[in-house]
Parts: sequence; C-alpha cells; structure tokens
Amino acid sequence: MAVTEQVHPEILRSRIRTATASRSLQRARERVIEILLLLAALSSVAITVGIVGVLVFESLQFFKHVSIVEFLTDTQWTVLFADPHYGIMPLVSGTLVTSVVALLVSLPLGTVIAIYLSEYANTRTREILKPILELLSAVPTVVFGYFALLFLTPLLQRFLPSLPGFNMLSAGIVIGIMIIPYVSSLSEDAIRAVPIHIREGSYAMGATRLQTALRVLFPAAFSGIASAYVLGFSRAVGETMIVAVAAGTQPNLTLNPMEGAATITAYIVQVSLGDLPHGSIAYQSIFAAGLTLMLMTLIFNIGGYLLRKRFREIY
Amino acid sequence: MKKTIDLGARITRNKTVDRLFVVFGLLATFVGLLTLAALMIDLAIDGAGRLDWQFFTSFPSRFASRAGILSAWVGTILVMIVTAFTAVPLGVAAGIYLEEYASKNWITAIIEVNIANLAGVPSIVYGLMALGLFVYQLGLGQSILTAGLTLALLILPIVIVATREAIRAVPGSMREAALALGATKWQTVKDHVVPYSTGGILTGVIIALSRAIGETAPLITIGALTFIAFLPGAPIQAEFPFISFEWLMSPFTVMPIQMFNWVSRPQEEFHLNAAATGLVLIFMTLAMNAIAIYLRYRFRKRIKW
Repeated sequence: MAVTEQVHPEILRSRIRTATASRSLQRARERVIEILLLLAALSSVAITVGIVGVLVFESLQFFKHVSIVEFLTDTQWTVLFADPHYGIMPLVSGTLVTSVVALLVSLPLGTVIAIYLSEYANTRTREILKPILELLSAVPTVVFGYFALLFLTPLLQRFLPSLPGFNMLSAGIVIGIMIIPYVSSLSEDAIRAVPIHIREGSYAMGATRLQTALRVLFPAAFSGIASAYVLGFSRAVGETMIVAVAAGTQPNLTLNPMEGAATITAYIVQVSLGDLPHGSIAYQSIFAAGLTLMLMTLIFNIGGYLLRKRFREIY
Repeated sequence: MKKTIDLGARITRNKTVDRLFVVFGLLATFVGLLTLAALMIDLAIDGAGRLDWQFFTSFPSRFASRAGILSAWVGTILVMIVTAFTAVPLGVAAGIYLEEYASKNWITAIIEVNIANLAGVPSIVYGLMALGLFVYQLGLGQSILTAGLTLALLILPIVIVATREAIRAVPGSMREAALALGATKWQTVKDHVVPYSTGGILTGVIIALSRAIGETAPLITIGALTFIAFLPGAPIQAEFPFISFEWLMSPFTVMPIQMFNWVSRPQEEFHLNAAATGLVLIFMTLAMNAIAIYLRYRFRKRIKW
C-alpha cells in the first residue's frame, strides 16, 4: 500500500523557494566559473601585451639617448666600451648568418624527411622514426651548444684548419639540425593533408612516387610547407644558447660564417650575465635589441603569410 | 624529323631514381638520429666519469673536481614547481574555455590568433618581458618566483594547445548524455570532459615541463646567478606554521645555467662538469618525453568510445 506523504502547503512553498534559490545560486556560480575561465584564456593575450609593452617602453627610453639613424646605420656595436657605438647591424648580420646556415641545413633535410615519411615509409617505420626525430627538439639548447663548441667545431677544424674556435658555421649547423623536426613534422602534415585523389590522379598518369611528391604534392601543400619554413626561421633567429656558447660574443659585421660573431640573442645573454644597473643605457639596449629581434620574426611571419595566401590551394 | 623516345629506358630510369630517393630519405633521417646519438655518446664519454654521489651533493666550486650541482638541481625542481602550479591551472582553464565555452566572436578570434603567434616568439623575449615586468615593475626580484612565472608564461601556449586537443577528442555524445540528465555545463565539464581528457592533458603538461626544464636564455635574462653556494630556505619548518614560502623569493640557479657557466670557462676540467650536467639534463628531458609517449599510447589504447 502506497503511503502518500501529506505535505503542509506552507512547507511545500518553502521547498519550492529553496529550490529556486539554489537554482539561481547555481546559475550565478556557472556564470562566475565561465568568467574565470575567460580570464584564464585572456591571460595569453596579456602576455603579448606585456611583451610588446615592456619592449616598446624600454626601447623608447633607449632611443631618447640614441638616434634611430645611428642605430640603423652605425657599423659598430660597442655599448659596453668607453666610446660606445650603437649600430645594430653587426648583431643583425650575426643573427642572419647563423639563421641562413641553419636554414640551409634544415630546409632540405626537413623537406626530404617529410616526403620520405609521408610518401615512402610504411606506418611502422614512421611511428618509430618520427618520435625519435622529435627528440631532437626536446634536447636542451645549452646541451646543443656544448655539442657545437666541443664536438662539431673540432671536427670541422680537421677539414677547415683556419676555422676559429668560436664560429657561426658550427653554431648554424647545429641550430639547423635542432629545427629539423619543426620543419619535417609540419611539412609532413601538410603533404599528408593533400587529398588522396590528387595523388591517384598523378599515379594514374604514370608518375612515380618521387615525381608525384615533387611536382604534384609539394606545390599543392606549399602553403603548409611555407608555414613550417617560417616557424623554422623564427626558431633559428631566436635561438640563444647555441650561439652564445659556440659563436662567440664579439659583434662582428661580416657575412662569412667561418668567423665568430655575436647575434642579437647572444648580446642579450652577455649583458644579462653582467650586473648592469637598472635604467642604464646598456640595460635599455637589450630591450632595443629584443625589439629588433621581434620585428625581424614579425617581418618573416608576414612574408610567410603572404606566401601562404599566394600559394593556397583549395580542394 | 620526329624525335623518338626510348620509353622503356625512361621508365627504368624514373623507377631507379624513385628507389634511390628511399636511400636519400633514410640518409636525411639518419643525419638527425646520428647527431642525437653522437651528442649523447660525446656527453657520456666526457661526463660519465664525473657522475657520482659527490657531484649531486656539492655546491659549485673554484676547483672543478670538487664542484657539484646541488644548488642547480634543487633550483631546477623548485622553479619547476612554481611553473607547474601556475601554467597547469591557467592553461587548462584557458583550454576549457576555448573548447567548451567560447562562442565565435572577435574576442575568441583574438585569443586564438594570439596563442598561435606566441608559439613563434623567441624564448629570450619572454625573459626580457619578465625582467621589465616581474623583476622591476612588480618588484619580485631575481627570485625563484620570477623564474617559475617566466617559464610558466613560456609554456602556457603548449599547455593550452594540448588541453584543447585532448578535450576535442571527447565525443559530443558524452556531453549530451550529461546535459540530458540535468547536469549544468560546468558539472559536465568537471565530471566528464576533463576526467576523460586527463591523459592527453597530462601528456601535454609533461612535454611542456620538459621544455621548461632545459630553458636557459630567459632565466639568464632575468638575472639568475651562476654561482650559488647555499640552498633556499626549506619549505617545511619545524615550528608553527610549519610551511614557509621564503624559498620563493630566494636567488637561485638551475642546471642549464650551471652547465652554461661551466662550458663557457676555458679550463677543460670544467667542460667535464658541463658534460656531466648535460648528461643529467638530457636524461631528465628524455625520460619525461618517454613517459609522455608512453602515457599517450596507454590512454589511446584504453579509451574506446
């Protein structure tokens, strides 16, 4: 026999009130949580604002003392000397030379690896080789610096006896090997994303795998491959420890990779290692150098974006 | 005159070239793998002899043979604790917001573009930002706290992207089932979506931390010292209130900086110390990556929707 509960109307009313109250409380809680999550997401924007803000603010202080014309045209960077010169060109040339050497290593190797892994290797080989290759970008860069200075440079000196102990060649090669996984993984993704019927069309015309890869897939995937190249370049330009250890800290306006030269990043490290007073012009100069570095990567990213837009293929 | 083409010869040639490319591809891959092997063997030959108990329990010293990495590994662990406690909650929350809550509007678009761009910002630039903002504007000094926060910001994009990927892999039917039973959005997220994606998130967090452990440049920029002959205050005290946060404001050094310091000295004996430190570092990062790969494999195998 069912027992029906007799509820006093007053109690029922209060229960409904409680339920409504807790419902609206819950709704408020949901709202608060959503706002907190949004704030967390916005924190990433705050990082960018912080970066740009600090770089621009401190650089403005720097450019109160140094004219932009001198900064861009002087061929010497001797901030820490008694007779200071503030020409960024030697640091830019060092950065560009190491990056170009790095790209000469990583772009061909990375692209060949990408084609090999996506078009030739079977699934098993790929599943084994890819994670091992990606370990290359997991090795701490200071360890790569050690390798460049104390393994690769002595090795290169056997073939190039005139190579100095600190040189951009060795640093650039090691940076290039380090960024191979960035180039190869992203390029491989791009090549694999090309629809299968395009491959089949090429095979049906009697093309070999290599012909298909080079003449059909590479152009079709070029917008993605270009992003991989641009990311590789950003990595090479921003790489710090390898060049700080192996390329030397002497600003040197040269395009010869067989010489040693400081990069923008190596200069920042060198200054930071000393104990510079906050607000001094040498302190501000590392922010101006950092801003230059950011602008360089920005220019190449915009270039990459335009390249992607120009070559984008839509299926 | 009609030019004749020897089709057979051409086909044979194309096929040979095609087959040769396999060799070429393998060679290119092996350049990478060989470098990795050479790197480790080189470090092991130079540094393995220095790896003993004394090396882990000694402070740096003017004498290479007496120097050790005690302050460096303690510093690394403390900085990593701050980094993990900052980057994980922030990154996971941001990932949840972008996958589960964000509507398609300009704020979301800005956040997405911004995260993609942050991945390309050189790490040393984070150091400059931290130097201007944390060290001087906020007055946190050249401390473990500053270092941990700097690295947390550096790896935040990695954590966010990993969280989003893990959450995206949870099928919509799971969410619909929870919502149909009257769960609120947050209940659905906290009791279903996040637990199911823990494996993916954890993998991403470990990879991000393994990146942070090897970072040197941003910490040098904020002014980490290279010669630390003391340990930060212990976090657990014998007296009330038992927990102390003094260590957060302590000066510090970390393993990559100690290694950099030793490798930039001219004396060969210090290079051996650098190699030994590098060996420890590389073992730690590779172990973390191996754990991440294993976890990814485990969770992929276990979960069948």
